[in-house]
Amino acid sequence: MSRISGRRLLALCRKESYQIVRDPSNILIAFVLPVMLLFLYGFAINLDVSLVRIGVLRLDDGPAAVSFEQQLQGTPAFEIHHGPSLQALQGSMARGEIRGLVVIQSDFSARWLHGRNAAIQVLTDGSEPNTANFVSSYVQGAWQKWQEARAGLADGRPVPGLELRPRAWYNPATVSRDYLVPGSIAVVMTVIGALLTSLVVAREWERGTMEALLATPVTAAELLLSKILPYYLLGMVAMVLCTGGAVLLMGVPFRGSFLVLAVSSTLFLGAALGFGLFLSTVLRNQFNAAQAALTAGFLPAMMLSGFVFEIGSMPWPLRLLTRLFPARYFTSSLQTLFQAGTVPSIILPNDLCLALLMVFWLTLTARKTTRTLD
Amino acid sequence: MSPAAIEVRGLQKRFPGAPAAALDQLTTTMRAGTITGLVGPDGAGKTTFLRALAGLLSATAGEIRVLGLDPCAQSSELREQIGYMPQKFGLYEDLSVMENLTLYADLRNVVGAEREAAFQRLLAFTDLAAFTDRRAGKLSGGMKQKLGLACSLLGHPKVLLLDEPGVGVDPISRRELWKMVRTLSQDGMTVVWSTAYLDEAEQCDDVRMMADGQIKASGTPQELMAPMAGRCYQIAQLDDSPRSLLHRVLNAPEVIDGAIQGSQVRIVLREAGVFPDLERLGAGAQAVFKAVPARLEDAFISLLGGGPGGDSALAEVTQAKEPDPALDPEAIITAQNLCKRFGAFQATDDVSFKVARGEIFGLLGPNGAGKSTTFKMECGLLKPTSGQALVMGLDLEHSPSQARQKLGYMAQKFSLYGQLSVSQNLLFFAEIYGLGGDRQRFKVQQMVETFDLAPYLDSLAGDLPLGFKQRLALACAVMHEPQVLFLDEPTSGVDPVTRREFWNHIHGLANKGVTIIVTTHFMDEAEYCDRIGLVFRGRLIALGRPDDLKRGCATPERPDPTMEDAFIDLILEAER
Repeated sequence: MSRISGRRLLALCRKESYQIVRDPSNILIAFVLPVMLLFLYGFAINLDVSLVRIGVLRLDDGPAAVSFEQQLQGTPAFEIHHGPSLQALQGSMARGEIRGLVVIQSDFSARWLHGRNAAIQVLTDGSEPNTANFVSSYVQGAWQKWQEARAGLADGRPVPGLELRPRAWYNPATVSRDYLVPGSIAVVMTVIGALLTSLVVAREWERGTMEALLATPVTAAELLLSKILPYYLLGMVAMVLCTGGAVLLMGVPFRGSFLVLAVSSTLFLGAALGFGLFLSTVLRNQFNAAQAALTAGFLPAMMLSGFVFEIGSMPWPLRLLTRLFPARYFTSSLQTLFQAGTVPSIILPNDLCLALLMVFWLTLTARKTTRTLD
Repeated sequence: MSPAAIEVRGLQKRFPGAPAAALDQLTTTMRAGTITGLVGPDGAGKTTFLRALAGLLSATAGEIRVLGLDPCAQSSELREQIGYMPQKFGLYEDLSVMENLTLYADLRNVVGAEREAAFQRLLAFTDLAAFTDRRAGKLSGGMKQKLGLACSLLGHPKVLLLDEPGVGVDPISRRELWKMVRTLSQDGMTVVWSTAYLDEAEQCDDVRMMADGQIKASGTPQELMAPMAGRCYQIAQLDDSPRSLLHRVLNAPEVIDGAIQGSQVRIVLREAGVFPDLERLGAGAQAVFKAVPARLEDAFISLLGGGPGGDSALAEVTQAKEPDPALDPEAIITAQNLCKRFGAFQATDDVSFKVARGEIFGLLGPNGAGKSTTFKMECGLLKPTSGQALVMGLDLEHSPSQARQKLGYMAQKFSLYGQLSVSQNLLFFAEIYGLGGDRQRFKVQQMVETFDLAPYLDSLAGDLPLGFKQRLALACAVMHEPQVLFLDEPTSGVDPVTRREFWNHIHGLANKGVTIIVTTHFMDEAEYCDRIGLVFRGRLIALGRPDDLKRGCATPERPDPTMEDAFIDLILEAER
């Protein structure tokens, strides 16, 4: 790398800052886009089920059957619908009016009374697997509770033995927003980082200013730094906005250290900006660079970062692929920092990988930043 | 003889994947303290050459020395000593005039008292002192150009490289720029000025004529024009229209080139003293030859092997149509008080004119003056804010596609499908104009023959040489035999021979009754038109026959003003 003159670097950074402030599209990308995306992800993507409509068909009037139906009605996650016949309820399910169907057969009470296999039938709407799983596990839960209660009643005393009291650590209420929002911050920052910088070098090529700059004594290192520093600051402002929005507006708890968050964000932005700059430098065309930044930045950040889809459940080639994208490490660090706190054994390896990716992209960009037009 | 500031030996530049070398064996020397003009059509290699001199492109082979330094290997030393202004001036449009200057001053390490002095000097020099807070993007073309020059002059460069600084700028600004650069060279600066305008090159101390990546001729303008001595004449006092005479004169074996100049015809003889027979050409009893000074363009055309003759294959295959009796032949195209506003910007302000059947009407003006806006409103591509644009009595804004069927349009930028082959483009345009079956095959074949496109039929349109791109664009615009033709800068960037060929087509079509509107910023082309309208800052500041406009500004000191003189006078008058 060539020598750096403070004056020239400062002049270039100042120029870049004027351009950022005066170009409304930058403000849009850096400030409006993150807030919009954050709210979109925070509120629109929700993996919790608060109320599911299910149908119950009771073909038995015996006390056991009635009592089990009451148990279902008492489950807060369910809104119970009744129907005249199995066909009618199946029709409702086909129309999506109910998401599951519980059938209590006519011999249910008799079987229960005689200690024979009393069974219920649960039909779920497999076209929405997530909801279907919820329905079946909630019904199973209700079934279990009801059995325990009946067994206790029969003996006149509570059932001894194990009592199950599940407690989810780090996210006690298992609110999916609490882990989706940190993940979405990583997605948002990937978009901002790559999109902002993918435009800037290409813009200089397109407007012919790169030629004029290159004819001055500017060095490649100055040129590169002047593109990184202002956009790093802008990215950090966006990061503060995202974190602030998550904690203050959306009520997502933050349990880690802000200093560690700043370090991780710096390393991540270094990698994301480096990637954007690389595209911009190589493609020299704003439209292509922005397209590439969105496809190669946003999509993997969405799919392969563990933000929505757990990396652990991916096949191994995909698991390996995720290691190439900075969003994966940043998502993991953010989820940890927000939900669990500063856990060095998770954060440190993540930071190390981010640092490696940053060095990789920036070195590649520096190599491609030439002093000539060839 | 002053010492050489720039020496080039055997310079070759080949871009990867390109079939031909962009620069081919250039060997030349440019003397210190002179202005050297690089002149040639687009694609001749002017920009590549300048970039190589600035150290922005490496040479494939050969040697370059600028001020004794190798531009690539010793770039850091050299960059302190050269100023370079690229084609788009290299300005940051969202920075103010002062911010642009400050940026380049910092980059060139011009600081402290030196900077203050430099800013004062340059702002006075360029007349920009009153606009220091204005964003560069809001400056007029001429002001941008001056600011670009000021930025490249920071740090006292010894060599100044200017890439087409005069393109699209109004003639007053061009003259001012020229004066500035002349002053600089008198102070010892070496200037290389690339241009597509031959009249601009004529004012340089030294000229390199470029074509196809090679220097075709070098010398002072006087040296280059010397072979043209006694070969340039005007045929004055004509009976007939100059257009039909030109056609016959160009086909005379004694003549290698000719053009219309108002109501006269200007010709270049193959050999000094060997004249065509005016009587046989039917120029009229009064017609006389009048010797006129040679121009660099004459030398260039002679160098390229002479003009294309006077025939237009296109005109020959065009059927003259009977005029429609329902239409006023004096008003095939009308503009009535056309206004167009973009936000706060008044692009066109109360423009009115009429174009008669078979007339060639030229719209002339600098970039951004409102030519193209007027043009687009006239052919229904833009909706006027107020006023009305009519073509053959129809308002194209709400008229059905049937009306558009009667007009042909050739856009300023190459607007064909670069990814389609030449024949696919022709077929596509034939189809959208509703030509089918035998008629389609016939017309496509006719266009291929007329414009000599046969060798390129399977080439992608985007890969064609510029001259052929323009031919193909014209072919696509006239294939359906329109009665009205709109041509937006059809000849910008092409070599003078191709320009002649285009004008042959335009004249030929007009003779067949086609009504033509053309925009141009070549002053000499304005004289080929029957009437011209000068557009400046959105207003039509003059309208009339070229001769009348020129005569209007004749003075005792300047009895025979050029079109550019007339334009400058009219602008100054309009500004008062």
